Amino acid sequence: MAIYLTKESKVLVQGMTGGEGMKHTRRMLAAGTDVVGGVNPRKAGRSVDFDDRAVPVFGSVQEGIEATGADVSVVFVPPAFARAAVMEAADAGVALAVVITEGIPVHDSVAFTAYAGDRGTRIIGPNCPGLITPGQANAGIIPADITKPGRIGLVSKSGTLTYQLMYELREIGFSTCVGIGGDPVVGTTHIDCLAAFEDDPDTELVVLIGEIGGDAEERAAAYVRDHVTKPVVGYIAGFTAPEGRTMGHAGAIVSGSSGTARAKKEALEAAGVQVGGTPTETARLVLDRLGTRRDVTHS
Amino acid sequence: MDLFEHQARELFEEHGIPVPRAEVTDSSKEARGIARRLGGRVVVKAQVRTGGRGKAGGVKLAADPSAAELTARQILGMDIKGHTVRTVMLAQPVDIDAEFYVGYVLDRAAGRFLAIASAEGGMDIEEVAATRPDAVARVHIDPAEGVTSAKATEIADAAGLPPRTVDVLVRLWDVLVREDAVLVEVNPLVRTSQGQILALDGKVTLDDNARFRQARWGDQESVHDDPLEAAAAAKGLNYVKLDGEVGIIGNGAGLVMSTLDVVAGCGARPANFLDIGGGASARIMADGLSVVLSDPAVRSVFVNVFGGITACDAVADGIVQALDTVRLTKPLVVRLDGNNAARGRAILDERAHPLVHQVTTMDGAARRAADLAHTADAA
Repeated sequence: MAIYLTKESKVLVQGMTGGEGMKHTRRMLAAGTDVVGGVNPRKAGRSVDFDDRAVPVFGSVQEGIEATGADVSVVFVPPAFARAAVMEAADAGVALAVVITEGIPVHDSVAFTAYAGDRGTRIIGPNCPGLITPGQANAGIIPADITKPGRIGLVSKSGTLTYQLMYELREIGFSTCVGIGGDPVVGTTHIDCLAAFEDDPDTELVVLIGEIGGDAEERAAAYVRDHVTKPVVGYIAGFTAPEGRTMGHAGAIVSGSSGTARAKKEALEAAGVQVGGTPTETARLVLDRLGTRRDVTHS
Repeated sequence: MDLFEHQARELFEEHGIPVPRAEVTDSSKEARGIARRLGGRVVVKAQVRTGGRGKAGGVKLAADPSAAELTARQILGMDIKGHTVRTVMLAQPVDIDAEFYVGYVLDRAAGRFLAIASAEGGMDIEEVAATRPDAVARVHIDPAEGVTSAKATEIADAAGLPPRTVDVLVRLWDVLVREDAVLVEVNPLVRTSQGQILALDGKVTLDDNARFRQARWGDQESVHDDPLEAAAAAKGLNYVKLDGEVGIIGNGAGLVMSTLDVVAGCGARPANFLDIGGGASARIMADGLSVVLSDPAVRSVFVNVFGGITACDAVADGIVQALDTVRLTKPLVVRLDGNNAARGRAILDERAHPLVHQVTTMDGAARRAADLAHTADAA
């Protein structure tokens, strides 16, 4: 099963012919993703060879959908064009648009998430690594070869922390890992993913990774308390971050008393979520909960 | 990027929001002339990007031009919460009949901007919101529609503001959208004893992601009071100086934040945040190392890399090349994990630099870096 993305997903790549688009389309294909086309109005009608597969380039998302039945778009276009690209994908009716682009102005993110929401298109991101259902499909830039299919669901604001946990828990494996992105405004939240994992029969346990800034983790904690029956293990980054300084992600900033790591950890623990002190300790908590702990040393 | 009050005032004025007459200067001598132009009696206001100026003595009334010069001299160079006052704004004083608060902020949870308005301005709006939530109106703004007169009237009515503030609310939305701000705030918005509506003080935070289309602010560098942060910014590095002794370099904002926490958990203090990104190329590694090593407080450095798309052998090559260009003066603890970790570790083993220590786990490496920071002699 998995959430949002399966081997049935047909994927278009907006910005496929750019440097990042080319590099990651190749990787997505290698991970088994059914990439059915790229979108670039200036290169419509051509195709791009990726090893043993020629992927056609369409002039618009609409054309791509008509020709291939695509239901997912992965967006790699530069920040200045991202708003138009996402709105185009929503107008064309894709079910899922995964916005990898980093550095999109927040007014644009506010505009396209509202626009897509009105049209029934789920947005993941922006400024995110995308999502992967190991063994089935990979939409974005998450390395596919560090883990395997399994029964853990993962939702995270951070890319590399996602990879770290995927790797530490590679023996158990994952149903789906979703990198929701570290921007202040994102299309898919921790809560959306928790709800989807709760309904997913292939997911037994959820790992929730958060970081300082905003109150998404606090709200996720309340959601877990009221609606989630599966075990959830958490990790929060940013305990040592000073107030008022942005730590890399645009959304990772502690303002006043709100958005601190401590408050997030306490909210999660109050909701019955075990929170690890380090990524490795978090992985151990997962193994304990799944009853599979043994002396795993990842060296 | 936070604007100074005088820059916010300038934006308000350009967008047709009424503001008091004012001028800005970095010289107390000039302050005298400005006061004369403004009619003699002026308010002298420290220009710093932090709140609480008034309490810190950074806002004072001066009765005449010579008092203005004296007051400006006192305020210039003052330290307010770690911010040095480099300029002052002199403004015509206003007789206040009523003070209001209006602003637009990003509501992250809703993914929308939120109008916040209150008939009780002048003080800390967060305190008003906490103690008397009913006194603060909150109205979400549909991004496709923006703030029309009808929407502005709804906001003003909800907050109990006079009808004459409606125009200010519409124009303030214009400032937010046209300037790509993530926060605009007028506090206080006042009604003078003559019945005039004036934006007396304001705050504007611009979206750094929008610099590419905001030519005016594009070339204005963020202010880095710290020389190491300035040096890092010049190299395009994502670096934040902290007050510790373990230098930190890692790939990915979340992993680096986590690294700081794990080091702190080992009883040491991180000296910085430095995210060299997913790629972790040799050049960026060398740039990062040179900035971190130039921090005199650093006693050990922890390089924490998870090899994903850029595998560990490529990262190890980068570290080896960086060691050729940067003279290592302090112990360097490296933890490589992920794709091709074994090959990466072998590359560093082969280089056999006496100051490079490899530890395979993040927790173990943090402990080693903390121990080295405590035992390493400065020599």
